[in-house]
Formats: sequence, structure tokens, C-alpha cells
Amino acid sequence: MHTNPLYNVFTTMLKRDLFFGMRRSSELANSLIFFLIVVTMFPFVLGTEPALLRDIYPGVIWVAALLSVTMSLDRMFNSDFEDGTLEQMLLSQHPTTFIVMAKVVAHWLLTGVPLIIASMFLGVIFGLSYESLQAILVTLLLGTPVLSLVGSAATALTVGLRGGAMLLPLIILPLYIPLLIFSVAAVNNASQGLGFTGEIYFISAILVLTITLAPFATVLSLRIRFG
Amino acid sequence: MFGKFDKYAAPENFYLLSCKVVPWFAWACVLLTISGLAGGLFWSPPDYQQGESVRIIYIHVPSAWMSIFIYMVMASAGFVGFVWKVKIADAIARASAPLGASFTFLALATGSLWGKPMWGTWWVWDARLTSELILLFLYLGYMALQSAIEDRRMAAHAGAILAMIGVVNIPIIHYSVEWWSTLHQGATVSKMDAPSIHVSMLIPLLLMAFSFKCFYASMVLVRARSEILMSERNSSWASKLALKRDSQNA
Repeated sequence: MHTNPLYNVFTTMLKRDLFFGMRRSSELANSLIFFLIVVTMFPFVLGTEPALLRDIYPGVIWVAALLSVTMSLDRMFNSDFEDGTLEQMLLSQHPTTFIVMAKVVAHWLLTGVPLIIASMFLGVIFGLSYESLQAILVTLLLGTPVLSLVGSAATALTVGLRGGAMLLPLIILPLYIPLLIFSVAAVNNASQGLGFTGEIYFISAILVLTITLAPFATVLSLRIRFG
Repeated sequence: MFGKFDKYAAPENFYLLSCKVVPWFAWACVLLTISGLAGGLFWSPPDYQQGESVRIIYIHVPSAWMSIFIYMVMASAGFVGFVWKVKIADAIARASAPLGASFTFLALATGSLWGKPMWGTWWVWDARLTSELILLFLYLGYMALQSAIEDRRMAAHAGAILAMIGVVNIPIIHYSVEWWSTLHQGATVSKMDAPSIHVSMLIPLLLMAFSFKCFYASMVLVRARSEILMSERNSSWASKLALKRDSQNA
């Protein structure tokens, strides 16, 4: 049995958020359906040529994942903000960083992981090569936590604001650009049979950087929001 | 030294100091602009490849420099305001954002005007252009966040956090975009290779750069002054000042 109080704060928070998330399963389904609809839009715009679709598919998946995660971010703090739970959490004696980390992990498990599974299915259906699928899996596994982490900081800044729904993507999408560049480059390299370790290193570096800095930015932002 | 700084960090003293300083910056800006433009438009030679259209660099390059310079000022001021709760730093950060966005837009617009005759297109997805465009988005996001939060203090601190996140991201964005662009379009436009610039062009360019700096300094002080008046409107010195102005006008 773990007796470390920090560990307890983390797991209790994580369990709580996962529990509430599962209770609102229609919201979870919505972000997945949104993801599928965005992916479906692209053949209408770009035509149904299979070779072309195979080329653009990694980019499409990544853009759809970005948008879907961005739309789902307000779930992370909004309901807790509205009923005052969030303020109590900040006032509690427990370190806020761990609470925030638990919330981010819960968000990733509830949003990022279903996205990864769905994109694997889509990749198989659209006839991507094994190498491309592998690259998509690795970049999404490393990249979606970054989306949740950077997203948590920006969400904390906009939580409870009027017009926050439009403001959040405005703030956050430019920050996602480097991740998008490296991930799509990795998958493109893989589809041409080239190695993509370099890109993976860059994405990992971004992940490490955001794990280190984003929770602190999120905690600071939340404290600012509560004055 | 810190004593002096403390003295001018008080909003009232800053207000009075900036009233004295702004005309100096404004006149320096006017003189530098006249000399810089005269040097750039009349005395510097046309480029042997680009002809007369090279002269747009006297606006374009200084505004591109200013776009990043102002972001750094904004983020540092935000940091100072957030950590040491200096009100004037908050005001300067907030006042800087629209100016920085304008310079970024000016750099993009003049670049586009120059690109049409030179590259034959208004826009290419070149690394520098793209990262300048992303910088514009960062400015606009900052301004949108600031205007969405009504409490001015909270807005300033939230903006400071966002600007600091931006500062961490700007190098990452810059290098990733550069890498992306070279990866995708290798040898489309090899522009301005080895720009060993001639003195007759360098001098007006530097004059214009200093004039833009002075313009920014005077404008940011004027804007910061009205920001301070807005946030200090309930304090006694601000109402005294307003009454004095009223009696002068009457």
C-alpha cells in the first residue's frame, strides 16, 4: 500500500476525474465523433483519389486530433470551476501541481487514447502502409500528451471567461505548430520508407519540456484566475 | 539606483516623468525618420538586381526587428509586473501588444508588396514569412485574452503568463518552421544570400531602425499613460490631475 500523501492526492484526483468523465460518456463520444467528422470532410474538399488521400492522411489525422483535443479542453476545468470545486482544490493543503497533473492525465486518458485508437482504425481502413501506421501511433502517443499539457495551461487562463470557447483555440493553436510539423514530417518520412528517429527525438524533447513547465504554468494561471 | 527606480515605479511619478520624456522621443523619431527616409529614398543607390524596389527594406527590416523586440519587451514587462507586482510594467506590457502587432503586420505587408515584383507572388510559405505570421497570431491571441478579462490586474497577469509561454515557444516555432520549410521546398527562393550590405544602404537602415525604436518608445509611453490613468482613476492624484486639466481648459 502506498502511503506517500503526494501519490494519494494524485491517484484520488485521477480516479475522481476518470469517474466523472466516464459518467458523462456522451461528451467523450462527442469529441470522438467530431474527430471522425473532421477527417471525413477532407475527401469532399480534396477529392477521392486513393493515392492522394494516402499522402494527406497523416496531416488530416493530426489536424483533426488538434481540433478535437482543443474542443475538449474546456472539460478539464470548466465544471469544477462552475461549482466551486476548483477553488477549494486550490485552497486545499495539497500541492496544486499534483492535482493539475492528475487532471491532465485524466484528460489524456479520456481524450487522447480514444483518438489514437480511432486513428489506427481509420489508417487501416484507408490502406496506409505498416510503416506509416507505426509512425502515426508513435507520434500520437508522444504528441497527444503535449496537446493536453499545453492545453491545460491555456485552458486555465481562459476558464470561466465570456467567449472563452473561441478564445482558447486562438491562443493555443499557434503553440501546437512545432508539434504538428515534426509529427507530420515523421509520418511522411515513414511512408517513403525513410527513418524518422530524428523527428521522434524532437517530439520527445517537446514532451519533456512541456511535462516540466506546463504544470507550473497551469498552476500559476489558475491562481491568477482566482485572484 | 534602486531607490530611483522605486520612485519612478510609482504610477504617479511615472506619469509625470513620461510626460516629460515623450516629446524627446517623438522629436528624435521625426528627425531620424526624415534623415533615414531621405538617405534611403534619395542618396542610397538602387540595388543592381532588385532595382528601386529594394528601398522598401528601409521600412520592412526595421519593422521586422521591432516585431520581435516588442514581444520581448512585452514578455519582460509582463514578468516584472507579475513577479514584483509593478503596476507600470503591467501597463507597458498591455500597451505594447497592439504596437507589436502593428509592426508585425507592417513587416508582413511590406514583405508581401516587395515579394510581388521580386518573387512574382504575394505570399510564399517561406520560413521567415511563416514564423512572422505565427508571431502575429501570438500577438493577436495575447490581445484577445487581455480584452476578454475585465479585471485589469488579472488580465495583466494572465497576459504575462501567456507571453512567457510564447517566449519559450518562439525559438521552438522559429526553428521548427525553418526546418519544415527547408525540408519541403529546398531551392525555391534563394533570397538575399550573403547580404554584405553597402554602407550607403546600411546607414539609412540603421537610422530607420532607431527612428522606429523612438516611435515605439513614445507611443508605448503615451499608451501606458492612459492605461495607468484608467486603472488609477479612483486614486487622488489622478483626479487631481484631471481637475487641473479641466481648470486649464476652462
